[in-house]
Amino acid sequence: MFKILKYSFYDLVRSRWSYVYLLFYLLLGFALLFLNENISKAVITLMNVITILVPLIGTIFGVMYFYNSKEFTELLLALPIPRRSIFLGQYFGVAISLSLSLILGLGIPFLFYGLFQSDSIVDFLLLLITGSMLTFIFTAIAFYIGLSNENKIKGFGYAILFWLFMAVIYDGIFLISLIVFEEYPLDNLSLFATLFNPIDLSRVLILLKLDIAALLGYTGAVFQKFFGNFSGLIVSFFTLFLWIIIPLFLVKRKASKKDF
Amino acid sequence: MVLRVLLILLISTQIVSASSITVCKNCRYKNVKDALAASQQNDTIFIQKGVYKEHEILIDKSLTIIGVDHPVIDGENKGEIIKIVADGVTLDGLFIKNVGRSYTKDNAAVRVTQSSSFLLQNLILENLFFGIYIEKSHHGKILHNKIKGNAVEEYNSGNGIQLWYSESVDIENNSISQVRDGIYLEFATHCTIRNNVSFKNIRYGLHFMFSNNDTYENNTFDNNGAGVAVMFSKEILMRKNKFINNWGAASYGLLLKEINDSEITQNIFQKNTIGINIEGSNRVTYQGNDFIANGWAVKSRGACYTNQFLNNNFIQNSFDLSYNSKLNDNLFENNYWSDYTGYDLDKDGTGDIPYRPVKLFTYITNRTPEAIILLRSLFIDMINFSEKVSPIFTPENLEDKNPRMKMIHHD
Repeated sequence: MFKILKYSFYDLVRSRWSYVYLLFYLLLGFALLFLNENISKAVITLMNVITILVPLIGTIFGVMYFYNSKEFTELLLALPIPRRSIFLGQYFGVAISLSLSLILGLGIPFLFYGLFQSDSIVDFLLLLITGSMLTFIFTAIAFYIGLSNENKIKGFGYAILFWLFMAVIYDGIFLISLIVFEEYPLDNLSLFATLFNPIDLSRVLILLKLDIAALLGYTGAVFQKFFGNFSGLIVSFFTLFLWIIIPLFLVKRKASKKDF
Repeated sequence: MVLRVLLILLISTQIVSASSITVCKNCRYKNVKDALAASQQNDTIFIQKGVYKEHEILIDKSLTIIGVDHPVIDGENKGEIIKIVADGVTLDGLFIKNVGRSYTKDNAAVRVTQSSSFLLQNLILENLFFGIYIEKSHHGKILHNKIKGNAVEEYNSGNGIQLWYSESVDIENNSISQVRDGIYLEFATHCTIRNNVSFKNIRYGLHFMFSNNDTYENNTFDNNGAGVAVMFSKEILMRKNKFINNWGAASYGLLLKEINDSEITQNIFQKNTIGINIEGSNRVTYQGNDFIANGWAVKSRGACYTNQFLNNNFIQNSFDLSYNSKLNDNLFENNYWSDYTGYDLDKDGTGDIPYRPVKLFTYITNRTPEAIILLRSLFIDMINFSEKVSPIFTPENLEDKNPRMKMIHHD
């Protein structure tokens, strides 16, 4: 598995797309810091980028890589290597190289602008951790979608649709249900609904760490109580972790049963 | 002969009446109370540097009491320290500390009762319950005092400066911190509050109740539980104050409740969760204020009619305006909104399309407060945009018809 991981990783690190991705984050980081000099403000803007763009890129890149390396995969399948190792190796190769681009791309400009002197270092670290987790989550789901669909176009379609659902449609349904059931106490429902969407969960996690959390008022206080203490944080990271494990398990099952 | 004696007597009494008494450890009068007992009307008492452990000091004559190098009057937490019941008393340069805390009596470091023409200046008050308590008094001045409490909870702490049923009192250049309310006015009219700094107080920096015709200007209210609360009052002038850093789940810079016919001009509201929270206020003019980086710049909770918002700057607030009714007869005109995305083809400095300060998300969170958890999600940006393009839910006539293209520079 590690050999395949290494191959995939080096293959990707050498590829143009990784550099484009890295360059994009570098530019974004420098531009943001150049424009407002204030690290904590930049963290807020970055949050929007991370919760929307990172999942999108993870999804697209994952599907793309899966379909592109199909021939190589088929070649590997002919060799006496466990299927689990092949797919998980490829998956980790993609996810790690994407996360690395993210961490380096954002880390370098922030280091350059004196991150260690700033007190938003914890917020920034949280941002990078959730960003990496989102990459792992959406790449895993992309792999599953790729594995389930022989048809490239269909696969891409489903992947984009999944991203759209998590990033936009889910919040729409969430909001409508809040309005429909406004007569009832909704704090626990919204807490529950947030846990079930990794994008929302990451957004809320970061939001609560920033001073903008004061805007959340009473609902925010309920959330703060949950996420603010250690067990809440454990639960939320555990949930994010589940979002990685479950798709990976599905990938493994699918891969071992599938007739190539 | 008799006449001569009378004359001498007269002169001597005059000399006595203008005499001065010194209090110090080695003087004839070793504590303040003895000196007060020996004093005559219009005397001046100098208190030399030292520590005087006294409380319940009653001043019932018109006296000038001057502390040399801030002598300490230590109440030893036993009760009230100085009580003034005469007209024309001056207190200057004392360091008063350790006021007794009580749950039945409002013990104060300095209390002025039913007196006029008092002057309290250069006092330092520390470890206090109530600081300066003025009741049923008028025409006094409270200047250059420094009040620093150690309040932790609302229920067992007192106010820095409290006015009750008083008139024409000037409160200027004081610094007040860590008490319940920095300055509290109840039934106080025609007062002027100027150049004070009120910070880190548990409840409000400045608090009005049933107090009409007052003015406060050039004050700074920094990092209080809430900046200023003006309630059930009318004709208040609020000018050139700074309301900053009142940040927390239930904080605001300025709370207006049942305020009519007032004026709010050239103030700065910066980094407050809510800049101004308005409830039931009518005919108030908001002019030339700066709202910078607040959660909500203005939150209108209803029953607000004929208010005018003119020439204000709204810069980088999460929400510019929250409004909870479909009806609007408040006027918004010539303000600068940093969120404005319109254009100015005729280059006259005002945008050609109106600005709508109420976003759809603000409307939704008013209805369903829990929805605030969707703050800064992509979906919310999308619905805000569509509402901006074609308003359906937000009040149609709530708009600034002539929004400025550039920030207004107030002097």
